[in-house]
Amino acid sequence: MGILSLTALELAKKIQDREISAVEAAKAAIAQAKAVEPKIHSYVTLDEEGAVQRAEEIQKKIEDGVLTGPLAGVPAAVKDNLCIEGQLTTCSSRILSNFRPIFTAQAVVNIQKSGAVILGKTNMDEFAMGSTTETSYFGPTRNPHNPEHVPGGSSGGSCAAVAAQECWYALGSDTGGSIRQPSAFCGVVGLKPTYGTVSRYGLIAYGSSLDQVGPVAKDVADCAAILETLASHDVKDSTSVKREDIRFTDALKADVKGLRIGIPKDYIGEGLDQEVRQALLDVAKLLWKKGAVVEEFDLSLVKYAIPAYYVIASAEASSNLERFDGVKYGYRAGDYEGLHNMYKKTRSEGFGPEVKRRIMLGSYVLSSGYYDAYYLKALRTKALIKQAFDRAFEKYDVILGPAAPSTAPKLGESLKDPLKMYLGDIYTVAVNLAGLPAMSVPAGKDSRGLPIGMQLIGNSFQEKTLIRAAYTFECETEKQFVTPAAGKGRE
Amino acid sequence: MSNKISDETIEYVGILSKLELSGEEKEDAKADMEKMLDYIDILNELDTDGIEPMSHVFPVNNVFREDVVTNGDNREKILENAPLRKDDSFEVPKTIG
Amino acid sequence: MNNMGKQYETVIGLEVHVELATKTKIFCGCSTAFGGAPNTHTCPVCTGQPGSLPVLNKQVVEYAMAIGLATNCEITRVSKFDRKNYFYPDNPQNYQISQLYLPIARNGYVEIESGGVPKKVRIHEMHMEEDAGKLIHDEWDDTTLVDYNRSGIPLVEIVSEPDMRSADEVISYLEKLRTIIQYLGASDCKLQEGSMRADVNLSVREAGSTQFGTRTEMKNLNSFKAIARAIDGERNRQIELLEAGKPVIQETRRWDDNKEHSYAMRSKEDAQDYRYFPEPDLVPIVISEEWIKEIKAKQPELRSEKLERYKREYDIPQYDAEIITDSRIIADIFESAAALCGKPKKVSNWLMVETLRLLKEHNMEPQDIRFSPGNLAKLVDLTEAGTINSSVAKEVFEKIFADNTDPERYVEENGLKTVNDEGALKSVIEKIIADNPQSVADYKGGKEKAIGFLVGQAMKAMKGKANPQMVSQMLKQAVTESDS
Repeated sequence: MGILSLTALELAKKIQDREISAVEAAKAAIAQAKAVEPKIHSYVTLDEEGAVQRAEEIQKKIEDGVLTGPLAGVPAAVKDNLCIEGQLTTCSSRILSNFRPIFTAQAVVNIQKSGAVILGKTNMDEFAMGSTTETSYFGPTRNPHNPEHVPGGSSGGSCAAVAAQECWYALGSDTGGSIRQPSAFCGVVGLKPTYGTVSRYGLIAYGSSLDQVGPVAKDVADCAAILETLASHDVKDSTSVKREDIRFTDALKADVKGLRIGIPKDYIGEGLDQEVRQALLDVAKLLWKKGAVVEEFDLSLVKYAIPAYYVIASAEASSNLERFDGVKYGYRAGDYEGLHNMYKKTRSEGFGPEVKRRIMLGSYVLSSGYYDAYYLKALRTKALIKQAFDRAFEKYDVILGPAAPSTAPKLGESLKDPLKMYLGDIYTVAVNLAGLPAMSVPAGKDSRGLPIGMQLIGNSFQEKTLIRAAYTFECETEKQFVTPAAGKGRE
Repeated sequence: MSNKISDETIEYVGILSKLELSGEEKEDAKADMEKMLDYIDILNELDTDGIEPMSHVFPVNNVFREDVVTNGDNREKILENAPLRKDDSFEVPKTIG
Repeated sequence: MNNMGKQYETVIGLEVHVELATKTKIFCGCSTAFGGAPNTHTCPVCTGQPGSLPVLNKQVVEYAMAIGLATNCEITRVSKFDRKNYFYPDNPQNYQISQLYLPIARNGYVEIESGGVPKKVRIHEMHMEEDAGKLIHDEWDDTTLVDYNRSGIPLVEIVSEPDMRSADEVISYLEKLRTIIQYLGASDCKLQEGSMRADVNLSVREAGSTQFGTRTEMKNLNSFKAIARAIDGERNRQIELLEAGKPVIQETRRWDDNKEHSYAMRSKEDAQDYRYFPEPDLVPIVISEEWIKEIKAKQPELRSEKLERYKREYDIPQYDAEIITDSRIIADIFESAAALCGKPKKVSNWLMVETLRLLKEHNMEPQDIRFSPGNLAKLVDLTEAGTINSSVAKEVFEKIFADNTDPERYVEENGLKTVNDEGALKSVIEKIIADNPQSVADYKGGKEKAIGFLVGQAMKAMKGKANPQMVSQMLKQAVTESDS
């Protein structure tokens, strides 16, 4: 078995045991990236030289016994909306195409402390707005399982990079499903933590009340280990929560006896692809056999999550993206007359169509006369959705459902009809509104060979329950992460 | 289609959001926004009377810093990214007159 | 102004911005020190860098609570921040973090005097917010330069009800607010430096009407005089419009104090639709009864309390106490100097007369005072001991006021000590008597005043350093003796 097919924890162990060096690992990943990038395009920036240099420094610290953690020396990739000091951080947008931040995001600092060798920045939907990674200014990322299909989005670059073995793990961000849906499409494990678990300091905001940084990994154990390094109470983020128990790897136990699992009827009914539905029912059956209590229930309000989400996310985005104005950083139009014309030209040339669409919708729903009807209505709906989840978690420990209505669509199919694309977020956005943790885990493939992902949703701060259920499933099935044919490169 | 976005409205939204749209883009934007608002209108089916709008999901409050100077001079780093600078300031088109 | 017989009433409400005296900005650890080279007091937060997040300075909340309590407001138990969205280069995020829906304090009032009659000006609400950066207009290049040093300096905005009816009431309200806030130590409230700024909302209506007229908002008022002139100017402008049958347009106007004229600040690009919504990056502020009690306990002595105490402890008249406690800075100097020299009435005299005269003469405010209470106390000691006479003392005080000069050393170095030596005086007096036979004769003839002239001549000859009482006494004696 080659180095590339190891999991992050397996690789780190070999590095600690001096079987492999961090430098060799970094070079192997870079070589793989060079081989597959023309086809997949996971990265916006691949920092070859810097990565090797950092690997050397980290290798030295490992040899000196300074770095002994379970992920030390492992090459990783970071979504391009997380700031790294001095390194291009573009959000896959023209408006930030030349932007080098002056500080590093806390989530990145945390993995750096654990000995991550950061290889580069991964492609995404522009400002994380999209479900396919096709809205990137730098062109789309393709699904390593079939390059004619999208990898999902917005963390499509991170998920494709892990799937195509261009890194051992990656950081993504999830505002309405942006980790879970592409993880499902790319056949990798992705986790969106409880709101407040991972610092947002240095994450370039889309919807501030919904955004969370989280891991994209090859398996559940890696995912738990990465989350353990990511989670921290950060005084620079006022919404950061001080959590007592963040030893997520303690939950890697194959045991679901007595675990109460609920499947919302609306999550497996109309609109769900039959193959995905069947895969989910198979998962449910397996977990039931292992001693879990599984039943269907009525979550209610499911269809209201998307409209509420798009009102809130667009409103916050319209405000968060106001700072991109050609004054302090980033792109400025070359030719303008006066201040307001400079603003308008810079922003019109700097943002792509999907970003403009959401900025305009957000500005409209907040504007005088519409605030109550749209924005407050959406915040009230959010309160009701949170209540619906609270009621569900009185009866269940975990909610099981799909991560997306289908497997990955073909390139070019989704952007034609934005509303239809938004409807694809039906199973993921409610989780962000309620601030809950949720996880996407590979659950087989469809008849075309495209990965199917299941989603596990937990109550606030109950990531461990999700990890336990996912780990049990993973142990019982053959590990679902399989090198995709299209991602095959150097090995 | 119950929502109608007028030319004036799309112009107004352009002023609020500092976006300049071409004629064709404007038509697309109007259509997209009408469609989206029609869809959002399903929220009106929900009775939300008496429900407190929820801006923050968790009851976290009173997060403060102490009044202690922690930052030094970051001028050079910050100005390095300026699309246009003059001496030690950001330069923009004249704002008055 | 010809009002065609109609009587108009001016209705004024104020929005007062006060910069709080914190060491750091409202949402980041940058210094709030005034001045500083452009963009040297900046960081990712106050320059709106992507990915940066605000964290609230606790002292800002405590100052705001203190001001709210001192202005009789209700403190909001669950208070939140909102974003106010508008594009302008002094605003790095293009939204200002402010409070609209749940401001920290509401429903207060301050008491002012209007024509000798007490009056309440109600406070609608008070909120916390961040200041904007500074724009410097480059006249030659036709460009504007942006300095973010001031971006993120904490402000409270105090919004009054439209309860004022004249410029005098407005000034009285502002002076009252300033005294209260300075006493709390929450701000130095310097109008010139912009740490206290007032926007004036003004409308006019026919006397007796209960309906409000259409109001305008005037900005850029940085002195009490400018405020008074702007109020007169805007009142007249509105009356002229009404008299001509034209409507007053609700708008924001910029007062140009040099031209004594206001201009509409309108542009197609300013929609004035701020799209406020709750700031998702900050969490609610929950204020408990205990916290309020704690702030109340920490509250320094208010002016009215101090005034009573001064009358009681220092035995100074009501009149003195009022003037001295008008500014907390003067009051503090008074107490320290009085403690050092033990002569409160003398200290009070120096403060009420000479200090206020010099402040006025130099167009300064009490917070610009640079002299130490110690030097004032020494001056009182020198005068009381008769070491210097009162005219020398005035001269010395001017030096103290200007450079905080040590009076003992100054008197010593410049040989200003009063000459109490009879021998030295005697020869001078003999010469004066010999040189001025007419005056001597006049005095003897019963013209008491003539002695004054002689004393003056003697003091002049002594270069002011003699003790005048002593000179007068010796002169009288010498004149009387000269006859026999």
